[in-house]
Amino acid sequence: MTSSQLLPNPKTIPLTFQELLFRLQGFWAERGCVLQQPYDVEVGAGTMAPETFLRVLGPRPYKVGYAQPSRRPADGRYGENPNRLFRHTQFQLILKPPPVNVQELYLQSLEAIGIDLSKHDLKFEEDNWEGPTVGAWGVGWQVMMDGMEITQFTYFQQCGGLDLDPICAELTYGLERLCAFMQDVDSVYDVVWARDPDTGAVVTYGDVRLAEELQYSVYNFESADVSKLWEHFNLYEAEAQTLLTQANGLFANAEASVVEKRRFPIMSTYELALKCSNLFNLLDARGAISVTERVGMIGRIRNLAVGVAKAYAAQQSG
Amino acid sequence: MQKELIAMADFLLEIGLDEVPARMIAGAEAELGRRVTDLLTRERLLADGAKVTTYSTPRRLAVLVEGVLVSQADSEEQLTGPSWNVAFKDGAPTKAAEAFAKKAGVAVAALEKVTNAKGEYVGATVKRLGRAASELLATELPKEVLGLYWANNMYWRAGKPERFVRPIRWIVALLDLAVVPLEIAGIQAGNASRGHRVLHGSAAVLMDQPTDYVEALRKAFVNVDVAARRQSIRKALDAATRTVTGARWREDEPLIETVVHLTEWPTVILGNFETEYLDLPEEVLVTVMRDHQKYFAVEGPDGKLLPHFLTVLNIQVDAEGEAVIRHGNQKVLRARFKDARFFWEFDQKISLQDRVESLKNVTFQKELGSYFWKTEQNLVVVRALAATIKGAGVDLDVGSLIKAIELAKTDLTTELVKEFTELQGVIGGLYAKAQGLGQNVAQAIYDQYKPASTEDAIPKTPEGQLLGLADRIQTINAMFGIGNAPTGSKDPFALRRAANAIVKILAESDLPLTLGDVVRASSVEGANGEQVAAFLRERLSFFLKDVRGFAYDVVNAVLAAGADDVRDAIARAKALTEARESADFAAISAAFKRIKNILRQAEEKGFALGSPKDVTLAPEAQQLADAAALLAPEVAALRKLRFYGQALEAIATLRPVVDAFFDKVMVLDPDPAIRGAHLGLIDEVLRGFSGIADFSEIVTG
Repeated sequence: MTSSQLLPNPKTIPLTFQELLFRLQGFWAERGCVLQQPYDVEVGAGTMAPETFLRVLGPRPYKVGYAQPSRRPADGRYGENPNRLFRHTQFQLILKPPPVNVQELYLQSLEAIGIDLSKHDLKFEEDNWEGPTVGAWGVGWQVMMDGMEITQFTYFQQCGGLDLDPICAELTYGLERLCAFMQDVDSVYDVVWARDPDTGAVVTYGDVRLAEELQYSVYNFESADVSKLWEHFNLYEAEAQTLLTQANGLFANAEASVVEKRRFPIMSTYELALKCSNLFNLLDARGAISVTERVGMIGRIRNLAVGVAKAYAAQQSG
Repeated sequence: MQKELIAMADFLLEIGLDEVPARMIAGAEAELGRRVTDLLTRERLLADGAKVTTYSTPRRLAVLVEGVLVSQADSEEQLTGPSWNVAFKDGAPTKAAEAFAKKAGVAVAALEKVTNAKGEYVGATVKRLGRAASELLATELPKEVLGLYWANNMYWRAGKPERFVRPIRWIVALLDLAVVPLEIAGIQAGNASRGHRVLHGSAAVLMDQPTDYVEALRKAFVNVDVAARRQSIRKALDAATRTVTGARWREDEPLIETVVHLTEWPTVILGNFETEYLDLPEEVLVTVMRDHQKYFAVEGPDGKLLPHFLTVLNIQVDAEGEAVIRHGNQKVLRARFKDARFFWEFDQKISLQDRVESLKNVTFQKELGSYFWKTEQNLVVVRALAATIKGAGVDLDVGSLIKAIELAKTDLTTELVKEFTELQGVIGGLYAKAQGLGQNVAQAIYDQYKPASTEDAIPKTPEGQLLGLADRIQTINAMFGIGNAPTGSKDPFALRRAANAIVKILAESDLPLTLGDVVRASSVEGANGEQVAAFLRERLSFFLKDVRGFAYDVVNAVLAAGADDVRDAIARAKALTEARESADFAAISAAFKRIKNILRQAEEKGFALGSPKDVTLAPEAQQLADAAALLAPEVAALRKLRFYGQALEAIATLRPVVDAFFDKVMVLDPDPAIRGAHLGLIDEVLRGFSGIADFSEIVTG
């Protein structure tokens, strides 16, 4: 079944980084979730992966969990800051529609990763989420444990500018932060990623990722060619726009065949929009976007996202 | 109506929810109590002397009513039907009578003759049986609950229209021992509540009767009584603080309210941080603790921060748990302080002066420009203000003022302000001080956003006050210029708050400036001058009424006589508030109102004003003319000295002659010459004595 039986008792030895992921995946798989692999295009958050952004649209129920590496170029610190990363890992969970005991399930998931709730202070503090580049918002909480935010819990209300019905619950566990808390280390780079069961030898988060943090910080802040980034942005945007124009024509056309509609590559169009979003973040990290341009850029990405959401909804209902 | 004894019962309603935002709970609890009380009153179900108590925690809102009638009293209703002559022909009932009797549900024989002003009609007395409380509550309560106001709400059930702050999870509705069969958002009411998530777990908390509520939940580790929870938090804070000799926790009312509404079973632990962080400015430390972590700061007898904090938990733990939680919180705080120290040191590498240029990249307002532009505009305004007060005896350090304006917004480019936006201004002031720019410059920058509310203090120094005035009036004027003036409840740029601050600074400082001076200093082209001036006058009226508590008629009277000089308006309002208590003054106010009315009538009829000197006046008219002529210079002199109380007393002495005048003299005399003279006289009196306030505005009993 799940690998959880093989793991050490979490009450004595805190889970490694990968065990934490296994446990969360195991827990939610046992509750009927599809387990997905990380999406293979750069995203700033698990929300932007199509398993969330597209699946929450429309009436079809869906339950999915996946670990999503999330890139935020401006947050990079050359591997020097113990708490800030260019790329962190979100365990993202979508429950559509949310079960009535969704909060209780969430608390059970904490117990499943070895947190004894009777020895911690847990609070659900209001934190409403809004993603302007994807036309999405929801209400919810940051879940605080002993003064630290360990999860973002959102009842999604709108996505891609469309009202959701049914709504869904989105749970986002920040794996690095949660693991550093559970292992009680001061730096994320000291987090034990894996432990050899025979020798007890450990591989740390720093061993696995420090070089990446350094090099990407250099690229994001120093080497990325601003004019090329703009070119890439414009190219991806133009292609996405072309596809969206075609999609609008197709889905408005009563004569168009079902087959034709079904095969329209709206998912690929979304990927182009995601490319734009990442390029925007890179340009931002390079300091290449003035404040006045910023609003306009967010609007351009939002247009793509909203266009995709509409087309996707039309495709699903057709 | 017959009097009958109706049984009384207790009623409990509890709405169980996912955690409600702390800031919304108190309002919702009160509103639910109000709605239930109003409903019971409306439906004649609230017994005399009934007691209504409300409760709340993050997961529930509840109302307990002791004294609900189990059913409405039966009532009688008098119905009136067709006219008697139509209903009965020759004493026999017609079809009309039968139809009416059927409609009213009575026998034809029971119809009565009703005589009213319009004539004789058929009447019927209909008995209405009172409805049962349980049935009424089941139909009416769901609407009340779903009608609660929430600042943000959400959908949660697929295809269902209801919106609420968070999903409703359970409902308890008990009328004595019986469940009230109501349903809200698909949830059936029962007698099962829920306890503390961890300490009690998932077992239902069953209640036999409404009055068990508080105790049943206490046993399930939920303290539903908000006042009791507040008290227990205060006591626990005291107790935890006592472990540090001489220490006390820093009082923080809003934070207390927040943690009261974040907890069901609060306890408190004291944590520590490394003393090295005490080198950081206290403002930064307190902001991290209070705003980001919801911790209470701890101070020594000298008021200086100690390296401790207090955190309010939503659980009760053993010693091991306490150690775990303390350790976790300390770790989070340490990381935040470390970040803050890093930013503090990093920011110092670029001086405020060197940041001026980078303000070009910080937008003030899209259609207006950057903060660099804003700074230039503020400089123009402050120079004009400084010129206005030049030579008025204000001890002003103009050099520091100009420097402070130049650098005021530069902290927006610092990392520390990006991290702690609520500390803008404060951080700039601290950096200015650390960079040796002088106390006057630093204090002015530090204070620039004061007063943040009508309760907050104004900037300490004249430089800070002028900076605050210039910055705000420039914003108001510029925003009005691009059509962003507040309308109705919409004020997205908080211009009313900015204007309130202007009024408050003028009211509480020694700056010799009027509202007009401030508006003129900002209106380079003067395009919005009148609109802005009217806006500020309206804010002055608000300030006098809502902040200073003057009666509305006093404020109207005072502002009608002049609304430019804020401190003078306050002085006049004070004097007038005291003076209006005297009987003589009330009479004078009434007389002035009469004068105003007569003058208005005269104007409408086209009667000309003449001079009292041109005719021979009746003795009472002459006496009034003499008394007014004698008193006018005295009152003017007192007014000039701002001895408004004495001036008003002097005016009140006019009462006997004014009374005699209106008693004996017909003002609108048929002879145009005499009438003109009378009108001229009362017009002179009105104008001569209305400089402090327009007394005709005073509402007299």
